[in-house]
Amino acid sequence: MLEARSVSLSYGATQALRDVSLRVEPGASVALMGASGSGKSSLLHCLAGVIVPDEGSVLIDGVHLTDLSDRERSRLRLERMGVVFQFGDLVPELTLVENVMLPLQLLGRRSGQARQRAVELLGRLGIADLADSRTGAVSGGQAQRAAVARAMLHEPSIVLADEPTGALDSINGEAVLDALVELTSSAGTALLVITHDNVVASHLDTLVTMHDGAILAGASR
Amino acid sequence: MRATAMYPLSVYILCIVRSMGTSEALLALLEPVPAHGYTLKREYDRWFGRKRPLAFGQVYSTLARLERKGFVIQNQVEAGQGPERRVYEITPDGVTTLDTWVATPQTPDLFATSSLYARLTVALLSGRDAHHVLARQREVHLERMRELQMLRRGASGPDLLAVTYELIHLDADLRWIEQSGARLAKTEGEIDARG
Repeated sequence: MLEARSVSLSYGATQALRDVSLRVEPGASVALMGASGSGKSSLLHCLAGVIVPDEGSVLIDGVHLTDLSDRERSRLRLERMGVVFQFGDLVPELTLVENVMLPLQLLGRRSGQARQRAVELLGRLGIADLADSRTGAVSGGQAQRAAVARAMLHEPSIVLADEPTGALDSINGEAVLDALVELTSSAGTALLVITHDNVVASHLDTLVTMHDGAILAGASR
Repeated sequence: MRATAMYPLSVYILCIVRSMGTSEALLALLEPVPAHGYTLKREYDRWFGRKRPLAFGQVYSTLARLERKGFVIQNQVEAGQGPERRVYEITPDGVTTLDTWVATPQTPDLFATSSLYARLTVALLSGRDAHHVLARQREVHLERMRELQMLRRGASGPDLLAVTYELIHLDADLRWIEQSGARLAKTEGEIDARG
């Protein structure tokens, strides 16, 4: 479970987040929307433990990120978080399956097991036949599915996705979102997606809208 | 005289525009094979009816109108255990009409009938809370889009076409709602300035 409690953050004189509280239950999904500069990215950075808020706290599975050292936060991110970015951000020197295996390898799991699970997951996403292709040889939609697999392979508690379909056409975007929602809800993973796209938001359980660093009252459903 | 000048707009849209679609849909169903009214009603509901199944009375009144125009003929009476049933067949003129209808783009002016546009305008003119009008509609639109996403995951063929058609139109509405919301203060100011 992911939770922000009364989080506030300033960059110098600019207040980026104002008393933001948010909760994503296991298996639930939330769309975070808002205009540019509304505070979405700042909130994402706080939720990911990349930035420590000035006030308030962020909890992952009940653990206060704000109580942890940098090293402990990094370890917790690796173990319990999956991240999907707009452009996938796969390592171009590696094949799709090697990219997907990375989190488990960084966690010290055995390579054979990691590969087997990575191939299974790529199969669920319909791209098992591309497991040994390099990222440059696959389409944007296929690369983004691999990014979803990479985010889910280590069975994280939460997945944070920043415009995960922003670089895709609508058909490929739909397939990637369907896969992301299906995988996270069936695994009991909390999913938070930042998006500007109402169609993307409509895939998810709840919508939260931000404006001027705060969550708009009555904007959740 | 234009048809809209003879009828209130709502009557024109609900009765005339919709019945035009019904006529062409029935012609399309008759094109591959002659059929009687019951079959046409069943097939219409399957392919076109979705939220508005066709009433039997409308099937026969539409067929009668198509027959008067020479677009269909009754070519036989099908006898069975029940009452005799008339079987209808499309004519070459009917096929031409269908060709023209399918190939002619829809007039893109249906937005003018949107009650949302009208409600927002009334709110602005009367000093009511226009933000609330937009926010409430946004919630309702998003809720419907969420329902459609669930339907889409199990849909295929014409059902998938219908679901995605509605989804994308709702998305366009939402973009208009968001843009209008962002401009609301300016719009209110312009209305005040005009008195």
